[in-house]
Amino acid sequence: MKRSLPLIILGLLGLTPLLGLSSYIMHILIIFIMWSVIGMSWNLLGGYCGQVSFGHAAFFGLGAYTAGILYHHAGMSSWWGLPFSIVFVAGFSLVIGFIVLRLRGPYFALATLAMGEVLRVSAENLTWLTQGDMGIMLQQRTWVGKVQYYYIILGIAALTFFLVKKVIESKLGYYFVAIREDQDAAESLGINTTFYKTIALCLSAVLTGVAGAFYTNYMGYIDPKVVFALHDISIVTIMVVMVGGVATYWGPAVGAVIMILLAEVVRSIPKLGAAHHTLFGVLLIVIIIFLPNGITGDFGRLKKMFGLRNGADVDKLKRLLGFGRSSS
Amino acid sequence: MTAPQVEVLLQTLIAGLLLGGLYALIGIGMTLIMGVMKIINLAHGELMMVAMFIAYWLFTLLQIDPYVSVFIAAPVLFVIGVLLQKFLITPVLKVDSILPENQVILTVGIGMVLSNLATLLFKSDYRSVSVEYASQAWYLTDYWKDAPIELSLSFAWAVSFLIALVITAVLWFFLTKTDTGKSVRATAQDLHAALLMGVNVNRMRMLSFGIGAGLVGAAGCLFIPIYYLYPALGGQFTLIAFVITILGGLGSTVGAIIGGVILGIFESMTATYVGMGWAPVGRFVIFVAALIFLPGGVASLLRKRRVGK
Repeated sequence: MKRSLPLIILGLLGLTPLLGLSSYIMHILIIFIMWSVIGMSWNLLGGYCGQVSFGHAAFFGLGAYTAGILYHHAGMSSWWGLPFSIVFVAGFSLVIGFIVLRLRGPYFALATLAMGEVLRVSAENLTWLTQGDMGIMLQQRTWVGKVQYYYIILGIAALTFFLVKKVIESKLGYYFVAIREDQDAAESLGINTTFYKTIALCLSAVLTGVAGAFYTNYMGYIDPKVVFALHDISIVTIMVVMVGGVATYWGPAVGAVIMILLAEVVRSIPKLGAAHHTLFGVLLIVIIIFLPNGITGDFGRLKKMFGLRNGADVDKLKRLLGFGRSSS
Repeated sequence: MTAPQVEVLLQTLIAGLLLGGLYALIGIGMTLIMGVMKIINLAHGELMMVAMFIAYWLFTLLQIDPYVSVFIAAPVLFVIGVLLQKFLITPVLKVDSILPENQVILTVGIGMVLSNLATLLFKSDYRSVSVEYASQAWYLTDYWKDAPIELSLSFAWAVSFLIALVITAVLWFFLTKTDTGKSVRATAQDLHAALLMGVNVNRMRMLSFGIGAGLVGAAGCLFIPIYYLYPALGGQFTLIAFVITILGGLGSTVGAIIGGVILGIFESMTATYVGMGWAPVGRFVIFVAALIFLPGGVASLLRKRRVGK
């Protein structure tokens, strides 16, 4: 049952558009799946390998701009952004990895944050390439509607999910966890930590970049303040994982659902403008203090908090849903 | 170089030095917190924003001069800092989690709440206080009639710089001459040794977070006559503080001062010779260069030369 759970969920999600949902609901679903992809890829680097990146907007934005620039300057369909962003973001992440991966803990976090901000400012200033603050607008959407976008992002998400699962359940994943738990000990056991960290960074960056290229196609408009945003992309990425569950397969998806629902609900209440960010902040603080490993990671603690005493049933439910920390 | 070029260069240097002095004050607060607690406070700039709003409203409603509100805003920020440390950060230090960076992310959350609450309460408008001395300046030709070049010194910038110097001196006195200050430094140097020597480590943590917040609060008041205020300005100053901390060396007050001045001069140079928009990029170039080539910051150079701590 548990082994086939991802396939069941994928099947259910695949059938969802047949319900004939409104285009608003489809939009929410597409955004939700996109955030799950970004969250899963961050989790690969941050959750499993322990390298907390504050700059995933850099990869997201690079992917988005790969598609946008190819369209704008070379007249290519922005769908070429998906394959090209893989190449481009991978190359970029290798160069960046060389610089930032020698740093540890908070220093790494801050260096990645700086990376994201440098790219944002550069994109704002290199107007000949990126159109600066004007942004890039796509006008090519003919055959693609919400349903097609839905299936494309669902495909990307499924690939990401199974890739992350494969990597984590392989030897590579054990190396990642070893590096997270004690980098020096891993090093002393003969693990080439820099090499494996680079792999984690590269995979994570590429998947995020693909999500970025998808974003360009889907929204049809990008500008530096949106795709390289520190708070709206980098920090929300971390939040999606922290809220959902660090180093769990389902955490990012759970986190994405909560974050998007929260944002949408608050947005639907007039006169609350910036309130959803305030709530995000409060949620983050509460989660870190009470559920440091996120909702799926600390499911046991959450259960205890709400006084669910009948452990057997909850355990069964938990096992059924595949919750719990799965670092092994 | 022709006279106008010399003029631009000197003027840029003066502006950079004055800016650097204020940056140093922000950086010292950050370095103190980082040195004692070993965590990055990513809500640092947002705390400054809170202080700036306090100064702004004191001026707008009660006509209190921003330089006077240093004495109000800094203590208020001190209390906020102590409370944050006591009720949010200390509990998280004890929690067992997969990622040790939880505390950093916690401060991100605090910063988000502060800046977005400010947006909710005061809208995202740009504001500034209209003190009459904001536009006053001293000119070189007023004092030296036949000067070959013209230089100017803004009154507000100069006063802010001087007050920053005084505050830094007081802090230096506190840290080196008083028992409490010595305990704070001991905690920063070696937590366990300090604990064994009977230092109340928890209280020192609260104190240092409070002082750090108070310093950045004072910096906010000094900035408001020369800068505009909007709720989202915090992030930018958090990064500035962090770059200074890395440049100066973790936990080193002298390093933070030197780092602040270097950054101030570098930024005004970038703004003059490359372009206004590129200043943040220059900031991060310095940051990454310092991380790679000078991991201990200026403090490690000072230590090598045996010049104090």
